[in-house]
Amino acid sequence: MNKGRRMGKDGNATVMLRKISRLAHRHFRFMEVCGTHTVSIFRSGIRSLLPEEIELVSGPGCPVCVTPVGEIDRAISMAASEDVTLLTFGDLMRVPGTYSSLSQERAMGRDIRVITSPLDALEVAVREPERRIIFFGVGFETTSPAIAAAVKEAKTRGISNFYLISSQRLIPPAMKALLSSGNVKIDGFILPGHVSVIIGREPYSFISSEFSLTGVITGFEALDILEGIYMLLCQYNEGRSEIEIQYKRAVRKEGNPLALKIMNEVFKPVSARWRGLGMIPESGIVLREELKEMDAAEVFNVPYEDRPDPPGCLCGEILQGFKSPPECPLFGTRCVPQDPVGPCMVSSEGSCAAFYKYGG
Amino acid sequence: MKEKNILLAHGAGGKLSHDIVTKLFLPFLENELLSALDDSAVIPIERSRLAFTTDSYVVKPLFFPGGDIGRLSICGTVNDLAMVGARPLGISASFILEEGLSMEILERVLSSIKNAAMEADVMVVAGDTKVVEHGAAEGLFITTSGVGIVLEGVDIKSSRATPGDVIIISGSIGDHEIGILLARGEFSLKGEIKSDCAPLNNLVQKMLKECPEIHVMRDPTRGGLGTVLWEIANASDVGVVVDEEKIIVSEEVRGVCDLLGFDPYYLANEGKLVAFVPREDAERVLEVMKTDPLGRESVIIGKVVDENRRKVLLKTHIGGHRILEPLSSVQFPRIC
Amino acid sequence: MCLGVPGNIVSIEGNSADVNFGGITRRVSLMLCPDVEVGDYVLVHVGFAIQRLEKEDALETLRLFEEFKKGQYE
Repeated sequence: MNKGRRMGKDGNATVMLRKISRLAHRHFRFMEVCGTHTVSIFRSGIRSLLPEEIELVSGPGCPVCVTPVGEIDRAISMAASEDVTLLTFGDLMRVPGTYSSLSQERAMGRDIRVITSPLDALEVAVREPERRIIFFGVGFETTSPAIAAAVKEAKTRGISNFYLISSQRLIPPAMKALLSSGNVKIDGFILPGHVSVIIGREPYSFISSEFSLTGVITGFEALDILEGIYMLLCQYNEGRSEIEIQYKRAVRKEGNPLALKIMNEVFKPVSARWRGLGMIPESGIVLREELKEMDAAEVFNVPYEDRPDPPGCLCGEILQGFKSPPECPLFGTRCVPQDPVGPCMVSSEGSCAAFYKYGG
Repeated sequence: MKEKNILLAHGAGGKLSHDIVTKLFLPFLENELLSALDDSAVIPIERSRLAFTTDSYVVKPLFFPGGDIGRLSICGTVNDLAMVGARPLGISASFILEEGLSMEILERVLSSIKNAAMEADVMVVAGDTKVVEHGAAEGLFITTSGVGIVLEGVDIKSSRATPGDVIIISGSIGDHEIGILLARGEFSLKGEIKSDCAPLNNLVQKMLKECPEIHVMRDPTRGGLGTVLWEIANASDVGVVVDEEKIIVSEEVRGVCDLLGFDPYYLANEGKLVAFVPREDAERVLEVMKTDPLGRESVIIGKVVDENRRKVLLKTHIGGHRILEPLSSVQFPRIC
Repeated sequence: MCLGVPGNIVSIEGNSADVNFGGITRRVSLMLCPDVEVGDYVLVHVGFAIQRLEKEDALETLRLFEEFKKGQYE
């Protein structure tokens, strides 16, 4: 085993925490972009162990959190048709729309089902040809190639009752918008491990080249995250600002070129609305022209309507790292996991849910 | 309560289930026996105490590795009685049968009930059947009631956890719920996990013989270990601290949890118990549990403290801590 | 944002594979990661293999998953 690439004797959490403490000579604010990192951090209890000087804030990499209310409402409207089966990943089921959620709509009798792979949607479409199957596709670059592959498969097999709501978003443009706004005070990024498996290291280079900030592509185990934080601190200590890969065992510099190719064959980038962040150019993806017959937004005549966020809800500021969950007036009182107001509380990886469940 | 209609989440065993009981049912049905919300009601009769419980079984599929709806109905009822320290006297079972259900399936269920009852040394002493139209019962529903006599000298309640108590669990968590999930054939997953469905009354008998002073016992069914620990911490107004490294999750259960994003602390178990035992008795109770086939993997997982009352603190594998809240809703499989 | 789990390929049929995760088997698509063989380790997300892992790397992840059993990775 090549210990040089591995944790080696530093693989012990206690040792890693000690090294972090030694380097944390001032206050550092790092953003974990990815919601799965937020959950890992809380579940492993890392926050309770990090020195006070290290502050971790959660970023917008929670697809459920950044999906605008209007998109939930639109999906609910589409599911209202008698012959429609709406398929979604479980993550979206409890996100509140303006009046209802997918979970509540299912309780009222709508045909809404949870799937765990985009290919499941094709199987349902083939098994139930009399129904129109709409797949509510959310996710970032980790998930989009899989959705693209399913769309290609649908086209190849001539599955004509399969439609896609493409609510997918891209991470680097959102990060660029965040940094360009000048509002965000961050010293470095814990970059998403699995998005990076697909896109590699290059798309993040603007973080160091344009903004002189550091970023470390990090895995999801507790020791991965600790090592990622340590690597960020080392960069500061050594006066570097680079994009490094901690999650070497899964992330290659070039990402997964085939996955990217398939994604680009099927989808093209467009401006997209992010809850809390507003419109960000080239940050969402939709089906290309030649696949428009599968685009639910085109086929089902339900226009997207911009809907306001619930009053008092601070999800927007929390997603950008300005505020932390306890600063929201609704946190823990009006807004709790079993009765959430905003998506940050619904999503298992939303900052508020994680804070409520694991922190404090 | 905010909801205008029943959601699946109301049946998940977590916070919404708790809310519907405390905010909807109790206001109508409230009395001191019911309001304790223990696994069985304990009714003083003459010089004894009667334990009385009821349950319904609606599991799909009807048959799964490790058990079936029949076995589950006996074990679940027996366990509710055992959790208040009662020796089961008798069970009633009423069957709602869907028109079209095959006799062969019904025979298999009844045979399983017979075997489970023998294993638990209990009799089904009353029964009823009704038939409903096709589509109204998913094959078969079973509702049971169970009565038992609480062993003398025993006083087991969720509100009796005391600082210093040691917390023991009788084995691994998550096997039942994951066993059912796999048996449903959903999510293209295949595995060998079996439900742990089993009657715990013999194990409990041994434990109480060794230590009649046991303060709390609960079986972590729907809502899982996390929810049960939270309920006890709140009923007793104490703090609970448990050690992640001591809690056993089998490799297969962990595999499914990793794949679907489930948290094992909230998965249902049907053949495990959690006991809060006075410190001085803990080692002896643990040893006695290990002599029983259903307690071989028993382990001390934590203790009761005076600090952080009404909170359950989980010490994580890297030495940090996280707070275990009760399950808030149904766990949906997630991708993120 | 993304649950990705390493597993090893038990069998391949066309462009899908049965992948083993600690005793659990799942059908996984190889459309995004076709250059694999039986015995290889892959990282799986939403039922797709998204990267082939060197065996040592996969075992490392699995070892980290299990680090709590020992409290220290060696």
